[in-house]
Amino acid sequence: MHHALRDPYHPASSPIHRAAPPVKLVLAVAFVLAVVALPRGTWPAHTFLGLALLVGALASRVPLSLLGKRLLAVEPFALGVALLALLQPGGLHVFLAILAKSTLSLGAVVLLGATTPFFQVLRALSRFRVPSLLVTTLALLYRYLFVLVEEMGRMQRARRSRTFSRSRWVTWRASAAVIGHLFLRTTTRAERIYAAMCARGWRT
Amino acid sequence: MHIPDGFLDAPTAIAGGVLAAAGLGLALRTVRRTLPHRAVPLIGVAAAFIFAAQMLNFPVAGGTSGHLIGAVLAAVLLGPSAAVLVMSSVLILQAFLFADGGITALGANIFNMALLAPLLGYVLYRGVSRLLGGDLRARLAGVAFGAWCSTVAAAVSVAGQLALSGTVAWEVAFPAMAGVHMLIGVGEALITTLVVAVVATARPELLFDRAGSGERTGRTLAGYGMLVALGLVVFIAPMASEWPDGLEAVAARLGFAHKAAASPIASSPLADYTLAGIRSPAASTVIAGGIGTVVAFAMAYLLSLALVPRGAVGPGQPQGSAHNRAPRSS
Repeated sequence: MHHALRDPYHPASSPIHRAAPPVKLVLAVAFVLAVVALPRGTWPAHTFLGLALLVGALASRVPLSLLGKRLLAVEPFALGVALLALLQPGGLHVFLAILAKSTLSLGAVVLLGATTPFFQVLRALSRFRVPSLLVTTLALLYRYLFVLVEEMGRMQRARRSRTFSRSRWVTWRASAAVIGHLFLRTTTRAERIYAAMCARGWRT
Repeated sequence: MHIPDGFLDAPTAIAGGVLAAAGLGLALRTVRRTLPHRAVPLIGVAAAFIFAAQMLNFPVAGGTSGHLIGAVLAAVLLGPSAAVLVMSSVLILQAFLFADGGITALGANIFNMALLAPLLGYVLYRGVSRLLGGDLRARLAGVAFGAWCSTVAAAVSVAGQLALSGTVAWEVAFPAMAGVHMLIGVGEALITTLVVAVVATARPELLFDRAGSGERTGRTLAGYGMLVALGLVVFIAPMASEWPDGLEAVAARLGFAHKAAASPIASSPLADYTLAGIRSPAASTVIAGGIGTVVAFAMAYLLSLALVPRGAVGPGQPQGSAHNRAPRSS
């Protein structure tokens, strides 16, 4: 999936970066809704929305090459599902239409991610009355995701430097052991996090 | 299996959203009421764990590799409500931060991978492990069977949603999704079972002391069951009526099926009348799926036998690290 996991936020000084996060979140979601709600094959409207997205991308001062690269990185998943549409009569039209829609929507989310730190999105979500337990879970997920991916990488590297087997069964069992022990470390880490959170006066 | 934006029409996306909101609401309520205060950080970090575990590649063949989905793993290790919350959080983060899975399709994705998959897997895990005696071997068989079935079920639900939206005809989507995921499900079952076996050998209490979590599963599961059943009725039942009936089969054989093709539009439920050639795969996929389920159950049982040596089973007896045990090449 995401081989090099990186926070998509790209710091820069632009009107888009400075805009209020709740506004950006609402705009991005509204943009996606508009794209999805357009009837298939209304190309002028699609072009207009594409141009609007391009203006936003230019205004954000995030290099277009970077946004393009990220778009290409997520495109294959959409392409994979879209290919199914080609297998039916008249599928080419459907294929092109949904590909355009998904590309525009992906562009909006990529732009949002590049210009808005995720904790600001979380703050916006809690302002929109999303249940606090869900926001807390998302915040912890975001906070520890990169930590755990790095830890898993270390365990995997250690495993590779000790296992010299080409057998797939051995590889699978060893990788499963990495995941299993990562879970055990996760539970003990959660205990420490709980203690640390309580020490700082956390209440749900 | 993440559906991107633009693949679902408004009614399907809204139906998915309503079901996801109801399921997630039930999960949040159950977790808040029944799990201890200190389980909150665990759920958050466990979500990060599932996301991380999804990134580990398992070599399959010819340079391709697969990865874990983790829905059943989360359900077995954390319980059903926490699993719903964990999987939903992972999907929300993937949609908003990594543009993986659409925002308008988020509801449908949550229904498939955060409600249907973990809950079906959990129920099958509980059922099979109770049926086979409740020891470690029975539980591992239940894990394997639940993981396979939930992967295939989620894929069929995706196919139903795509067909209902008029994006991909059911006759194409169903065999493709179900067929591919019957294979992917084998990998999912294998990885999930191996991981649970590792956890069970190192810390058996995490697997066997579920009662300590305080979640009253019976009533909650009934609530989830209704939601999932409702979703399946909405997403898949309309397609069932499009499966070839007797007349259609005869029509296809005698070659007059094309006369019924009044308007060849792919974006309507009528699409199947134009697809005489590829209508039979849908029926054969159903049969293959039935046989596959039986085979999967047998394989799940054999896998549990392979992972747990005879005689040395029971909650209180750790059997040494799975890491060190000699690999079996059966």
